[in-house]
Amino acid sequence: MAMAQNGIPSTNAAGSRRVSAFALVHALPMPVWQILFFVAAIVFLLVMSFWSVKSFRLTPDFTVANWIKMYSAGYFQDTYVRTVLYATLAAALSSLIAFPCAYGLAFKISPAIRRLIVFTLMTPYFTSYLVRSYSWKIVLTENGVLNTIFGWVGLGPFVMTSNLFATLVGYLTLILPIVILLQYFSLANVDRNLIEAAHNLGAGRARTLFRIIIPSAKIGIILAATFAFILSFGDFVSPSFLGGNKPPTLSILMVDAVKSGSHWPRAAVVALTMVFTLLVVAFAALTLAYGTGKRRT
Amino acid sequence: MQRKIGGRGRVSRRQFMKNTTALAGTAAVGLAMPQIARAQSGQTVNLLSWPGHGAQDVIGPFEEATGITVQAKEYTGGEEMIALLQSSPPGTFDVVLSDAEYIHQLQQAGLIDELDPGDYPLEDYWPEFQKFPSHWVDDKLYSVMVDYGFLGMVYNTAKLSREEVDSYAVMWESKVEGKVGMYDWYLPNMMCLSLYEGNRPPHDISDEKFEAVKQSLFSLSKQMSGIGVWSSVFSQLTNEESWVMPGVGAWAALLLENDGVPIKAVVPKEGGLQWTESLSIPSSSQKKDLAVKLIQYLTSPEGQVREATKSAYWASIPNKEGWKLLNETMPEAAERLEHTFDKRNVMDEFKDGKIHIRGVPAQQDIEDWNEAWTEFKNM
Repeated sequence: MAMAQNGIPSTNAAGSRRVSAFALVHALPMPVWQILFFVAAIVFLLVMSFWSVKSFRLTPDFTVANWIKMYSAGYFQDTYVRTVLYATLAAALSSLIAFPCAYGLAFKISPAIRRLIVFTLMTPYFTSYLVRSYSWKIVLTENGVLNTIFGWVGLGPFVMTSNLFATLVGYLTLILPIVILLQYFSLANVDRNLIEAAHNLGAGRARTLFRIIIPSAKIGIILAATFAFILSFGDFVSPSFLGGNKPPTLSILMVDAVKSGSHWPRAAVVALTMVFTLLVVAFAALTLAYGTGKRRT
Repeated sequence: MQRKIGGRGRVSRRQFMKNTTALAGTAAVGLAMPQIARAQSGQTVNLLSWPGHGAQDVIGPFEEATGITVQAKEYTGGEEMIALLQSSPPGTFDVVLSDAEYIHQLQQAGLIDELDPGDYPLEDYWPEFQKFPSHWVDDKLYSVMVDYGFLGMVYNTAKLSREEVDSYAVMWESKVEGKVGMYDWYLPNMMCLSLYEGNRPPHDISDEKFEAVKQSLFSLSKQMSGIGVWSSVFSQLTNEESWVMPGVGAWAALLLENDGVPIKAVVPKEGGLQWTESLSIPSSSQKKDLAVKLIQYLTSPEGQVREATKSAYWASIPNKEGWKLLNETMPEAAERLEHTFDKRNVMDEFKDGKIHIRGVPAQQDIEDWNEAWTEFKNM
């Protein structure tokens, strides 16, 4: 209509409508998918969180008892804080460990070796994460590979399973290759002219890194850390199989709610809390990543 | 075109809620078990059980002889089993293997059918198990025992002596700090602690005594190495992450011993628990004739031997004819299971009075015990 008002021939307008329909068909799967498997699922969870369980049977209801029960339980509050801290720690650790690797990949090695390393960073995902996590036990337990080596030099044995250390090892198994790859893609796109200019203007390596390279790769670095947080926050395998379920994370609490009496509504409360937290974190990260701050003129 | 609201197409609130509940139940449970849905047609019998009973080493001969396929859905705790039975669409399961303490609950909820005692070889069972109280309501049979075992503690024989594990008190010793493991289910662990606290029977206790059991559990927190799912019990003991575990018995120890792991089961002086697995037929089953056949097989001497030595876990069996067959065909297994007739056997342990039939909490809600367990895990 606007085009017609601007005097554009009607044939073009029809053509534009055809293009719109074409674009619509291609764009449709995404919103349909999101509505079915995200919006509808969230609405379903929300409704279920107000239902009750009678004799182990899910019963339609409208009670806030599940919300009150979970939010007033000391173990839920502790577990929430713990899960946020664990995921933050995993995101921070993986970002710190990944950065030198990603930096080396982007700036220090030949393209052939870079391709090989990028390929090897993908290979862990050929095997199930559950299997990879479980196999860490061979390395970490009292009779495991590491303690055997420590024993040869008179150290240990160290307790490396059923604790935070083991859980973090599991988280890093899941997220580290992704974080390295995301950071690498971001660093690889840093304008080399800017780096050269910084050097020409007398900036040292450290100053160039902190004033030019990291700010230029900011989006990728933040997105990588956000992915690390999201994946660790919802992970069940590492805190359960490596962390020994004690103390629990929110995902364990959710499984417990269902296992211990089909308490799907309480599990829904935990799930919604997790989703809300992740949404807040994701929006904050996107704002931080793409926020322009002071506009340069 | 505008759709009219109301009239024939209108969905009432009640209908909507009914449909939504059905959808929710199906989504919540059905998503977790697509194999069950696929197994609805043909000569298939659907079994809901603890892990291992639907494996080929147990039901292989039955499938071969009858042409009936057994589809198993496994659970790992009694409450989970009831929840699955309650929330699954009618007809999902044809046979349910339940811990005996839940049979009355299942019967009262109308979830299982009365059985005809004549269909099963109860006269071949040890007398102690022919009229097992949990299986009978008003002199009517609702379940048939398939296997059982004793729970006390399992311990690493290279790290702890038999004398040291003669009491549950060993779990508080500084020697085992960070080396006490548990299976992730409140019932066996807390019932063993209840025995340690001197409660007989351990499940029927006052609120005051329940509080003492809770405190006893909580005080173990610093001793813990980990709380594991089924597979973790085996790996924790094998890797020596855990040297001692309460609420576990020969079911885990015998398999590990077979693999050369120095693990043994013991019933401490405070006593142990008997777990009992029993077979029932869900009321909603559409294939009750096939269900009877499967139960007949699993309680027959052949089925019993398979149950006793199944790859998931070894267990004691109630059928004396099964014992005979076990002694004839697998004398070594009979010896290790203490199922021999000419020397002290598992039935003597039962007669000694140290074994208590495991029950669900009688004076508190199950939820209260579960809540205590969750609190403990959070410590």
